[in-house]
Amino acid sequence: MGPASAFHAIRRAGRLRPTGEPVWVRWILIAVALLFLGLFLVVPLVAVFAQAFAKGAGFYLHTLADPMTLSAIKLTFIAAGVAVPMNCVFGVAAAWAIAKFDFPGKNILTTLIDLPFAISPVISGMVYVLVFGAQGWFGPWLFAHDIKIIFAVPGIVLATTFVTFPFVARELIPLMQSQGRSEEEAARTLGARGWQTFWRVTLPNIKWGLLYGVILCNARAMGEFGAVSVVSGHIRGVTNTMPLHIQALYDDYNSAGAFAVASVLAFLALVTIALKAWVERKGAALAETREKITA
Amino acid sequence: MLPGFKLTLGYTLLYLSLIVLIPLAATFAKTSALTGAQFWRVVASPAALAAYRLSFGVSLLAALVNAVFGLLVAWVLVRYQFWGKRLMDALVDLPFALPTAVAGITLTAIYSEHGWIGRWFGSTDAAGQFHGIKIAYTWLGVFVALTFIGLPFIVRTVQPVLEDLDVEVEEAAATLGANRFKTFFRVILLMIFPALLTGFALAFARALGEYGSVVFISGGKAQIVPMLIMQELDQFEYAKATALAVVMLVISFLLLLAINLLQWWNTRHRERI
Repeated sequence: MGPASAFHAIRRAGRLRPTGEPVWVRWILIAVALLFLGLFLVVPLVAVFAQAFAKGAGFYLHTLADPMTLSAIKLTFIAAGVAVPMNCVFGVAAAWAIAKFDFPGKNILTTLIDLPFAISPVISGMVYVLVFGAQGWFGPWLFAHDIKIIFAVPGIVLATTFVTFPFVARELIPLMQSQGRSEEEAARTLGARGWQTFWRVTLPNIKWGLLYGVILCNARAMGEFGAVSVVSGHIRGVTNTMPLHIQALYDDYNSAGAFAVASVLAFLALVTIALKAWVERKGAALAETREKITA
Repeated sequence: MLPGFKLTLGYTLLYLSLIVLIPLAATFAKTSALTGAQFWRVVASPAALAAYRLSFGVSLLAALVNAVFGLLVAWVLVRYQFWGKRLMDALVDLPFALPTAVAGITLTAIYSEHGWIGRWFGSTDAAGQFHGIKIAYTWLGVFVALTFIGLPFIVRTVQPVLEDLDVEVEEAAATLGANRFKTFFRVILLMIFPALLTGFALAFARALGEYGSVVFISGGKAQIVPMLIMQELDQFEYAKATALAVVMLVISFLLLLAINLLQWWNTRHRERI
């Protein structure tokens, strides 16, 4: 055993490590971190499900099978079903323009795309009331033509689209920038047409990033509360999404009912987290393979 | 030259204008219906001033608490091995994934007088007198909600920087005679500071705009700015709501600008170390 390997053996034993903490410090830090996470994350998560079944499984199923609940679930899926694909197409288009070309004002455009993240959800809903509401810019015209946007489903879809606007774009822009444009250019030189290049070269490269963006976008779309609350008008069975239905039940002092619906959303949140962790691993593996190929 | 530049940029600008920019412009146009004096009366009213104070104060406090504990969580997740680590790592994203209304009613249930945590802080005696500290339905409840909402921001901005940190620098500090404590505060903290500040700004910005979780736990007792805007909207006082929204929008834009500058600093800082 040479001196170098002896040194490493001691380092592995963790005693003479110059850059580690004593064991008791480690345990205290881990304990405090776990206590903090336990208090703020685990306790609320357990509480949602405990409260949901506070009145038993019968009441739970009764709440979920209620027509009002079912209509709220349906509306939530409609809103996410329109907003997510729209923002997905936008995200791919924006990332293509920003990552593959140079043009003046690129940084400003990237910042503007992030804008909806910086705005309070209440204001995000309010802007559509100012455009399409009774006293808004197009209010009188819409009223004359008997088109309802605010306090109706289109308003909910619009508000959901606004708050989830940046998710896919902000995932894809840095990813496509880091990948550069050499692969697409090679495909073009070899005679591939524009769309062919996109479907065969670009899309396989960005699929995990795209999926990641879609997962986050969808989670926010299904859970949005503030923005849709402003434009919904809270008509039960018509313009209440799941989060708004939770509020309606809660305001009726039907706590177990509110938590029953909340538990469905909490379950979807757990699925989101699991999918996100899985996609992160896949995406990292793909990036590693690409690095090996180019190296 | 790749194809599709005009198509994609054109679509990007059109969609951005229709969904975001034109509706936002409507907000600023709407305030022009108010005279300067009217605008001032709304945005400097006692209710508005109280709401700014609460919003800024509690958001700042929550972001500070998250900066300390978020850094600790990031450190523990990057540097140590322990049972359940991967589960905890994934769970950090819960506040991103859990709808705010769900967080709101759950935190209210936990921190109210009979809740799992609230009961340890105070109770009402037989005469109906409350003893102890009330959390739900006070500013403390708002603080709990905003801490929950901001938790992932610090962890997720600091974590990758800690992972990339070169151990050699720490070894050098140790060789030069610095103890672990000194190394952390003089070397490591300096290197992760831009990331920590970025995460702090993100958590603070998110807390300022938060509505869903706060509206339940405050129970109308402690009013933050988004709740005040909502109240004006419910009474169809659109001009008043818009005036308050413009104040918040200007602050949000400035914060976004600051965050972009911080992120640019953060990237440059990471490239250098």
